[in-house]
Amino acid sequence: MIVFIFKRLAIAIPTLLVLIAISFVLMKIAPGTPFSGDKAIPKEVLANIYARYGLDKPEWQQLLEYIWNIVVNFDFGPSFKYRDRTVNEIIAQGFPITLTYGIWSFVVATTVGITLGVLAAIRHNSWLDYLAVGFGIGAQVVPNFVLAPLLVLVFTLWLHWLPGGGWNDGHWSNVILPVIALSTTFFANIARITRSSMLEVLHSNFIRTARAKGMPGWQVILKHALKPALLPVISYLGPVLVGMITGSVVVDLYFSTGGIGQWFVNSALGRDYSTVLGITILLGALTIAANLVVDVLYAWIDPKIRY
Amino acid sequence: MKLNAIFRATAVAALLGATALSTAVYAAEVPAGTKLAATQVFKYRVLDNIRALDPQLAEDVDTAYVVNQLFEGLYNEDAQGNPVPGAAESYTANADFTVYTFKLRDAKWSNGDPVTAGDFVYGWQRAVDPALASTYAYYLGLVNVVNADDIVAGKLPLTDLGIKAIDDKTLEVSLKAPTPWFVKTLAHSTLFAAHKATIDKFGADWTKPENIVSNGSYILTENSPGERVVVKRNPNYWDNAKTVIDEVQFLTINSEDQGLTRWRAGEVDQTDVPAGQYPALKAELPDQTFSVPQFCTYYFSVNMTDSAPDALKKKEVRQALNLAIDRDVIVNNVLQGGQVPAYSFTNPNTSGFQMPEIPAASMTQADRDAKAKELVAAAGYGPDNPITLDYIYNTSEAHKKIATVVGQMWKEKLGVTLNLADMEFAILSDMRHEQNYQLARNAWCGDYNEASTFLSLHDSKSEQNDSGWANADVDKLLADAKVAADPNPMYKQIEAIAAEEVPIMPVYFYSKVFMQKPTIKGWPYNNVEQIWYAKDMYITE
Repeated sequence: MIVFIFKRLAIAIPTLLVLIAISFVLMKIAPGTPFSGDKAIPKEVLANIYARYGLDKPEWQQLLEYIWNIVVNFDFGPSFKYRDRTVNEIIAQGFPITLTYGIWSFVVATTVGITLGVLAAIRHNSWLDYLAVGFGIGAQVVPNFVLAPLLVLVFTLWLHWLPGGGWNDGHWSNVILPVIALSTTFFANIARITRSSMLEVLHSNFIRTARAKGMPGWQVILKHALKPALLPVISYLGPVLVGMITGSVVVDLYFSTGGIGQWFVNSALGRDYSTVLGITILLGALTIAANLVVDVLYAWIDPKIRY
Repeated sequence: MKLNAIFRATAVAALLGATALSTAVYAAEVPAGTKLAATQVFKYRVLDNIRALDPQLAEDVDTAYVVNQLFEGLYNEDAQGNPVPGAAESYTANADFTVYTFKLRDAKWSNGDPVTAGDFVYGWQRAVDPALASTYAYYLGLVNVVNADDIVAGKLPLTDLGIKAIDDKTLEVSLKAPTPWFVKTLAHSTLFAAHKATIDKFGADWTKPENIVSNGSYILTENSPGERVVVKRNPNYWDNAKTVIDEVQFLTINSEDQGLTRWRAGEVDQTDVPAGQYPALKAELPDQTFSVPQFCTYYFSVNMTDSAPDALKKKEVRQALNLAIDRDVIVNNVLQGGQVPAYSFTNPNTSGFQMPEIPAASMTQADRDAKAKELVAAAGYGPDNPITLDYIYNTSEAHKKIATVVGQMWKEKLGVTLNLADMEFAILSDMRHEQNYQLARNAWCGDYNEASTFLSLHDSKSEQNDSGWANADVDKLLADAKVAADPNPMYKQIEAIAAEEVPIMPVYFYSKVFMQKPTIKGWPYNNVEQIWYAKDMYITE
């Protein structure tokens, strides 16, 4: 098992370096600069700005120095747009926000999704099943950029229960709407996957055997059926977790939380090279880590994978 | 004409008025009997672009709104956009407006230090310091401060800048050319003072709430970029006793629709109107929906360099295209937000500016269209030799609508095919600056309230001359205007030449459309630069 983890880690690091290099090149060949604006900056001023940020050096040198600074000092450099902030500060400020509602969304999506899926499978073709399936499909066809404005309309404008945006240091009332907006699509998917996989397991021979030897129904479900039924769910959860803490662009933009997704979009549009790269690396590392966790979990559940 | 006389009189009045101004009070003027709200918190919606709250680095409007609460320049602006004393009490200028002497009032920084002339010298030197590399470094050269451009270029030391502290309370500014309008440029944050000890101690971190020292009516208490910025009243501000609003919250709301929803829910006091919704909102909430003139002009840039297509190289074609744009349709049917059709470049709200008489402006659209058809035919184009042009614009619903409508007008009236391409703003602006286009969407907002802020774009040497237009007469007129007692005749000629040559096709003058809660009082609706100070406002019950 340890060897397995080390092997995966050994692949992860070069992957990350390649990601940095490709992002760096893509960023540089994209037209426009961080200093493109309505008002053209005089050459002399621009020269001063380039000198200040080391953008006057050859590109390969910039890339090497950039990677060197990350590896040695864990320094992602200064932001070109937010001149009183470093990329480290931006991530330190935005990421905890995204992480907070991302993890809450993950908890909500998995708990609600798995419970709903299991119940639907056990009570196959009952009103509960239809309700779960109907709800799941309904939640899936409403994308979060539609759901978010709807939530604000209902809970902010009509009911005056919850604020329509902002973060307010993570006050619970500011967290609820983003969590609903973010988790809905995912729990619908989880419920669907759990249901079909559970149904399949419930029809297999070892469950029939367990039932035949007189084991109580709930024990059959929890002890024998749940673990194999969750395998496809777990392989889906890796991307979900990453999606929750990174793919929150819509939620960030819509609820103006100050989270990392908002920074990602704005710095990409503003060509804030260092910020885009910093966030790309963070998200890349998270994706790799989440996949690693999933692989390990998988290997733990299903020994066949280890070999 | 009497223009000369009028202008001189105004200039002299401004000069004499300096002393009179110093005794007047500029603060929230609450009429007797007004019932003030118990909580004086003003919540203002901004986009997600509050950058460094550093006066010398601030470049976009939203950041400037915050910086204007935190810091104060020598002169502020009143509700009409006229200069009123800020950190300075009064000024005198020499006869040809090349040397200004400012008398500073007894004001304090938020940490209790006195605001001195040396703080302004430091702030201005900092603005042009190549090491700071401010994108607005060129502003000092633009407003004629001696040696500013050479210092930015690294040719002269900072100490050669045309600003000098005679003593702690007396500041002398030297200008390279007569600049009667100089005082109007002082509300721009690039020309604010800076607190050297704080900046030396904290470096780039000096603008963090725990470090910042400022001299404005408010101090920074929270800065969560992308979410909110909170400022609270500065007890050390010289006019704090007359300030009414205790706190201003700048809330980031990216989408205008979301802004409107949250405004309706009472979460913000003021927000912009989403495109196209002004007529409906005005009908629904007439007292809370505003459309006020804004100091910007929307126009199409025309590539005037050798890289332009042959058709655009013909003056007649450019004139025809310009004439065939039905501005009334764009303003009344597309934008519907109180914008004003534009036939010339300089914004009509520019103070002291006499609107030029452009022939096209007084024609009917039918006449313009007829003339346009004649011109295209005269240039040798028509059904058997049709014109095809490319137009680039930055992605936005409103720009797309305008481009489509203009393309339709040109197609129907002149048989011109217009290919549209939208792109990110960063790409558009680079393509424009490099004249890598045929026709491009463009807009300009004045940096200070004098016509040269617009017309200097026609200077062949201007960095902002996206058309690449070079006209020796215009360059000469611009140079003459700088030293003229009354530059209006030159400005008129420049506008006339531009209307004839069509390096740009002006489309409309902006208006700012916004929603505001009826309890907010003292907003400067007539300040076309939208410079506002929370210290001049108050909130009723």
